[in-house]
Amino acid sequence: MAVTYTFPLNLKSAHIDLSHGGGGRAMAQLIDELFIKHFDNDLLRQHNDQALFRVPAGRMVISTDGHVISPLFFPGGDIGSLAVHGTLNDVAMSGAKPLFLAAGFILEEGLPLADLEKIVISMAAAAKAAGTPIITGDTKVVERGKGDGVFITTTGIGSVPDGVTISGDRAKPGHAIILSGSIGDHGVAIMASRENLQFTTSILSDSAALHGLVAELVTALPSEIHCLRDPTRGGLATALNELARQSGVGMLIDEASIPVKAEVKAACEILGLDPLYVANEGKLVCICSADAAEQLLAIMRAHPLGQDAAIIGSVIDDPHGFVQMTTAFGGRRIVDWPVGEQLPRIC
Amino acid sequence: MKYISEFRQHDLAKHLAQAIAKTVDPNRHYRLMEFCGGHTHAIFRYGVQDLMPDNVEFIHGPGCPVCVLPTGRIDNAIQLVEQHDVILCTYADLMRVPATGRNNLLKAKAAGADIRMLYSTQDALKIARDNPQRQVVFFAIGFETTTPPTAVAIKQAQAEGLQNFSVFCNHVLTPAAMQAILDAPQPVAIDAFLGPSHVSTIIGSRPYEAFADRYRKPIVIAGFEPLDVMQSALMLICQLNQGRHEVENEYSRAVTRDGNQKAQALTSEVLALRDSFEWRGLGLIANSALKIRAEYAEFDAEQRFEMPAIQASDVKGCECPAILRGAKKPQDCKLLGTVCTPENPMGSCMVSSEGACAAYWSYGRLR
Repeated sequence: MAVTYTFPLNLKSAHIDLSHGGGGRAMAQLIDELFIKHFDNDLLRQHNDQALFRVPAGRMVISTDGHVISPLFFPGGDIGSLAVHGTLNDVAMSGAKPLFLAAGFILEEGLPLADLEKIVISMAAAAKAAGTPIITGDTKVVERGKGDGVFITTTGIGSVPDGVTISGDRAKPGHAIILSGSIGDHGVAIMASRENLQFTTSILSDSAALHGLVAELVTALPSEIHCLRDPTRGGLATALNELARQSGVGMLIDEASIPVKAEVKAACEILGLDPLYVANEGKLVCICSADAAEQLLAIMRAHPLGQDAAIIGSVIDDPHGFVQMTTAFGGRRIVDWPVGEQLPRIC
Repeated sequence: MKYISEFRQHDLAKHLAQAIAKTVDPNRHYRLMEFCGGHTHAIFRYGVQDLMPDNVEFIHGPGCPVCVLPTGRIDNAIQLVEQHDVILCTYADLMRVPATGRNNLLKAKAAGADIRMLYSTQDALKIARDNPQRQVVFFAIGFETTTPPTAVAIKQAQAEGLQNFSVFCNHVLTPAAMQAILDAPQPVAIDAFLGPSHVSTIIGSRPYEAFADRYRKPIVIAGFEPLDVMQSALMLICQLNQGRHEVENEYSRAVTRDGNQKAQALTSEVLALRDSFEWRGLGLIANSALKIRAEYAEFDAEQRFEMPAIQASDVKGCECPAILRGAKKPQDCKLLGTVCTPENPMGSCMVSSEGACAAYWSYGRLR
């Protein structure tokens, strides 16, 4: 039975208030007129506290990810699309086909409903484009000052095709390392849109769902792909160090082969940052058998999200587990774990 | 990136490496001190040492502003936020510099102190304008490069009548540090200097002429890009081979003999020489730092909050003092990589990426 409310949600000028999390009619209206309206699917429309569905035979993966980005809207995306892409990518890095998403919202008192609507619409569009409906969710409201507008936690599940075994501990000396495109776009776009940094750039966040690209790779050569990782927080350097540690190997990469856009290089130069440590939200690192590298590279380059893909190095035997890099200048150095947040240098 | 990528070219690096290899006298050892942390960072980040002959050694100098700040001054800053409830504004790389009792600004912030990391003195002024009911202190550090912006902020605060803004001044002077190294009771064997890059854009190359003359050491003002470092090393090697000891300027695209006189005038209008200042590693050095002039005393946090002089000792076993003088290398320190890492720095050289220990640990420890 359709519920009617005295007045529709005022999406133009109203704000989230504590009643939107109170479990009463105001919360029900927010869910009906915003979340269910835009996420719209059969399971959500049942209004249950859970979603019930049949599972395919075989192996499944689940992943969860909290999104706390500031600012909420940035060039190339917003927290809504990012919350969908981030979790889909974590699911996809197992080689899985993502099936469903769940979303939990922590809303701060005072958040403009117009902003929330934009975020929900963006999230719905991202989920629809990816073919992974958001089938259950939750909203809570915290008092002003106890949140940062909105925090979104998403959980995704997916099924892994037979014959695919992808895990961070499977890299072996001799394997090739492929990167799907240029690094640092997301982090630079975010930094440029923070108000205390007064510089402008045309760089857009690379936020994107990578499961389509992953599906093409694992369909073509299911047994040749050993590790997949999306280099998000901490950038490429962190992703490679994580994989090296999990697998107990070293890595040797070639700086000249790593794609970095000129604008990203310039912004990093100004801020004293190293693009290797700057976040990405639409790139992946693939560690594969050396013989398969060229074929996988060709598949990536034929995909819209992998046009700038490159083979950037190889896995080596190293008892220290160092990620080493031949610098474009001609020397060699370590690419170490980052230390906390990258802090700008004073000179 | 015009004017940057040109100075990182692999082909030119190869040519320069060949030229250096041809020029060095195989029968001697060349000990070149790169004064600045910016040089140290470039040497490790680009792997410059791999392109140099074995008998050319870079000795890392004290030119990392975060590294030479003594523990007591960080203790001062923490006291300031804890006892006077000020908003403390600072450049981000000071946040992890060790204070007494395994404390630092990052931990003090986590414990509730209002410490803001910023990029410019202008941000500190804005915070003061936006918070008229709070005292806002800018924790000013750095060599001559970062000094003019501090002077500008003080002048602006005076012009605007900003009564809740003051500066905790810790600006230090490069020539004084160079002299302290050369005058040390047991001086480190240094054949020549790669002279400061950004600092020299302000002070010019003239102040080094007396050193070159008096101590008979060649000095080449060197840019911070890796080709600058290599070209400057070659120029120093040539001078040493020929028995010359002159000031030469490799960084001529930015440095003149007289420097930026407008900035110099502005600095001396607002700031004056301190009789003496403590440097981590080098001890008390006369006429080596700046204080706020009496005319601007109301903007001097040390006076406004009657800040005491704090004597604090460094962590036992930490070799930062010897490393900052060039007497030891990071790998000579027993703490390196055991209890002292970039995540948990015991000494200041492990904090900033320009510090010799952090640069060695993060980029160079495969050697």
